[in-house]
Amino acid sequence: MMTRIGAVMLKELTEFRRNRLIVITAAVLPVVFLVSPTASILSLKATVLSSVLQNRVDAALFFPLLIPVFVPATMAAYSVAGEREQGTLEPVLTTPVSTVEFVAGKAAAIFLPAIGIAYLVFGVFVAIVQFGAAAAVATAVLNAPQLPAELVFIPLLAAWAIWVGLAISARTGEIRVAQQLSVLASLPPVAIAALLSFHVISPTFAVAAALAGGLFVIDGAACFLVARLFNREWLVAGGKAATG
Amino acid sequence: MTATIEVSHLTKKFGGRTAVADVSFTVARGEIFGFLGPNGAGKTTTVRMLGTLVAPTSGSAVVAGVPLDRAGAAEIRRRVSVMPEAPGLYRRLTVRENLEFFARLYGLPDRDARIRRALESVGLSDRAQDPTGSLSKGLRQRTALARSLLTDPAVLFLDEPTSGLDPAASVEVLNLIADMRDKGTTVFLTTHRLDEAERLCDRVAIMNTSLRAVGKPGELRAQLFSRSLSVITAAPLNDPARVFLGLPGVREWTDASSGSRPAGYLLTVSDPALAAPAVTRALVAAEADVLFIGESRHTLEDVYLQLAGPTAKEER
Repeated sequence: MMTRIGAVMLKELTEFRRNRLIVITAAVLPVVFLVSPTASILSLKATVLSSVLQNRVDAALFFPLLIPVFVPATMAAYSVAGEREQGTLEPVLTTPVSTVEFVAGKAAAIFLPAIGIAYLVFGVFVAIVQFGAAAAVATAVLNAPQLPAELVFIPLLAAWAIWVGLAISARTGEIRVAQQLSVLASLPPVAIAALLSFHVISPTFAVAAALAGGLFVIDGAACFLVARLFNREWLVAGGKAATG
Repeated sequence: MTATIEVSHLTKKFGGRTAVADVSFTVARGEIFGFLGPNGAGKTTTVRMLGTLVAPTSGSAVVAGVPLDRAGAAEIRRRVSVMPEAPGLYRRLTVRENLEFFARLYGLPDRDARIRRALESVGLSDRAQDPTGSLSKGLRQRTALARSLLTDPAVLFLDEPTSGLDPAASVEVLNLIADMRDKGTTVFLTTHRLDEAERLCDRVAIMNTSLRAVGKPGELRAQLFSRSLSVITAAPLNDPARVFLGLPGVREWTDASSGSRPAGYLLTVSDPALAAPAVTRALVAAEADVLFIGESRHTLEDVYLQLAGPTAKEER
């Protein structure tokens, strides 16, 4: 079982690496979400008003949360629609690979690079701020109450974006349509993270843990639902007779 | 005859539309079985059912010794190989990477050796590192065939394997299929190219939602068409009825040329070998200049058009 999941994952990663659109999306978005908040924080002086400082820190810490949403949504949308476009679903689904193995391999191939990039961007942002920003500003970033919550939210948001993207991709024939719908459908949990980041919901440990737990449960259920969507007959025939 | 595929009353409906209706046939081990029919006849749906991609609405089948049901599906997938009409290759992966991926999905031991053998058998060893997106259609089809050969399948389903190929590439693919039969693989070939079915297939089934006939091409011809002699003379005979009627083995005659030159006549006979000498003598006695006399052979196309129904005729 692990061999087949590994085979699907390896194949997906190789394909992503050679797909210019995916590479550009995976590279440009994180750079944008790193440069913008970093510049915003570095421009602050030590004497900045505390209200301004808090607003900037909130915004700066929220931006990197978009990475585990947009990057996996784009990759997941390509995942099945891309197979359908290349006509590869039929030969793959006539092999002994199970739908669970197929879905798990695809999800893992998106999850690992997506959270890797997101944590890397967070790490680079915090490092630059610690070394480059005024001491008071750097301390404010490091001690922001939402920071640990956001680190927990990264894999959960990525998982949500992947399941939603795979589900849409399984039902859509066109890659671009799938990508646009996937990004849209990935936004609701980001909205919750935004409420947390901007203190509309108080980012206490209990609140963050409850929200993260809820998202974890939803991710688990989504995994089950997506695996059900990967029905061989539906993927290949779409409920219609072939023309041959 | 040891059957590798046994199909009994297989039916598939998509909503209100019946794609395959009550189809039954068997395929012997090691034969090339042609599955012929016009577009929309249910050929691909039948392959998808036997390849476990689509569940039958009713009926049963045994594929490579395994019953076609939910419990047997995974085992059937291990034993058969399906090559759909589109080669279905990952364009950004190389030929070798494509084969490697499928070898891993099958959990094959000795992957490198198998891939090497498969590439050698389709003559693609020197293109192993090329991305499949850069290959011609014929080479992509050969790559897909190499992928199908990786597992040494008991049954190889080929859905329109020469569709869209130029004549040279088609011949290459057909030769590879003939090689597979020689190695003992059972080949289930769907096509609507009757020339390739006639050339390759041991038996054919003619399908148009339901099965119209199954048999060797020669047997189907004999079942459908009475045997006949074709006669061509330099000029029309003065009284053809007097020449042909009453000869041993000749049942009836028709004028196939309507008085033009050279003249042609079609004689319905019980046995061409018996009738031909008598007809020749009668023509000589009538002082006709005989240009040709021989058995008129019906092609598989004649059989197909007769059996597949009006849809097939409209397509031709």
